[in-house]
Amino acid sequence: MHNDHGHNHHRHDHHDRGSALSETELRVRALETLLVAKGYVDPAALEAIIETYETKIGPRNGARVVARAWNDPAYRDWLLRDATAAIAALGFGGRQGEHMVAVENTEAQHNLVVCTLCSCYPWPVLGLPPAWYKSPAYRSRAVIDPRGVLAEFGVSLPADRQIRVWDSTAETRYFVIPQRPPGSEGLDEAALADLVTRDSMIGAGVARQPAAAS
Amino acid sequence: MNGPQDVGGMMGFGPVVPEPEAVRFHADWEKRVLAVTLAASATGVWTIDAMRFSRESLPPAMYYGSSYYRIWLEALTNRLIAEGMVTAEEVAAGASREPARSVPRVLRAEAVGPALAAGTRYAREPSAPARFSVNEAVRMRVINLPTHTRLPRYVRGKVGTVERAHGVFVLPDTNAHGLGEDPQWLYTIRFGGTELWGVEADPTLSVSVDAWESYLEPVT
Repeated sequence: MHNDHGHNHHRHDHHDRGSALSETELRVRALETLLVAKGYVDPAALEAIIETYETKIGPRNGARVVARAWNDPAYRDWLLRDATAAIAALGFGGRQGEHMVAVENTEAQHNLVVCTLCSCYPWPVLGLPPAWYKSPAYRSRAVIDPRGVLAEFGVSLPADRQIRVWDSTAETRYFVIPQRPPGSEGLDEAALADLVTRDSMIGAGVARQPAAAS
Repeated sequence: MNGPQDVGGMMGFGPVVPEPEAVRFHADWEKRVLAVTLAASATGVWTIDAMRFSRESLPPAMYYGSSYYRIWLEALTNRLIAEGMVTAEEVAAGASREPARSVPRVLRAEAVGPALAAGTRYAREPSAPARFSVNEAVRMRVINLPTHTRLPRYVRGKVGTVERAHGVFVLPDTNAHGLGEDPQWLYTIRFGGTELWGVEADPTLSVSVDAWESYLEPVT
């Protein structure tokens, strides 16, 4: 077993790029060809799936939700009470976000989301999970050493801040409303959304300061 | 099962390596694995829980030595063979040798958008009241079965507090194995860090899992 799994993924990539067609690439091509030949899979559907997750569904969706919550207290309350409905009102929902729960970072509590058993993640608002979210390094340590994990993201919280880790073991999908940064008063929702990073909506980061945005 | 997927609290995997938000895939084949997995799953031959069981059934050395999309590839291949949709020989050849088996449906390109937007709902109408109440103390059962479960090892036997009742949801433990949905109340159970990890744990830490009713027992 490799003891540096976080890099393992990249090692595969280098290997895969190192030859004209790697073993993995050949296997994937063969399987796709087979499933199309069998009629189980529509090749045009494959392209539609890839296009959706490359261009339509990603963390900018979630950033819009957070910006609205920062800007509209009634929307924030709705989001905390019934996240699935509040998110749907902005046009987002569906696969891997059927049962959403929003949790809010405050001066008292910092929330961090993980799936120790696989890679459960709120796709409609955050897109596909990043490689680190799926890595055993993150999944193993988020529940026992979240401050250590946060340090690797450059995040240091006050010693008395309560840390709340949400292990996504069911079909409920959690996402974090990060704290609104100081100095963001008066910004419109588009400018606010620019402050919201993907990692901040997992709890692995914090929102950008306005000066660093745009 | 007590498989390689159940990593909560394990050590030795090294640092977490952040990456930029713009990175969606690390290689073109990862996109293909994602799309093929979603499209093949959309046939309706297996449930999401069954596919998770296929992934966690990979040999631990393979699981830990593989990137996540590689895990998906291995599990999908195994599942397709197990379901009689393809043979190992066909997989090796990348060509069809046998007639296809019938599948409930095939996802067409024009249905991709609506299907992804609809998702699959796992909530069911309650047929009984919730057995446990918010703020009640509960103990996680100690269960060790070779079949699928979403009860992680690190909380088994631990005492936590019911924080939320989410409603009634399909039980993965049965749904993964073709044994029906057995819908049960689902709760968020919160544990203090010291309950899970001992007195040396970070006193500011609390961790929750979502747990079905049959994972819980009253604290007496």
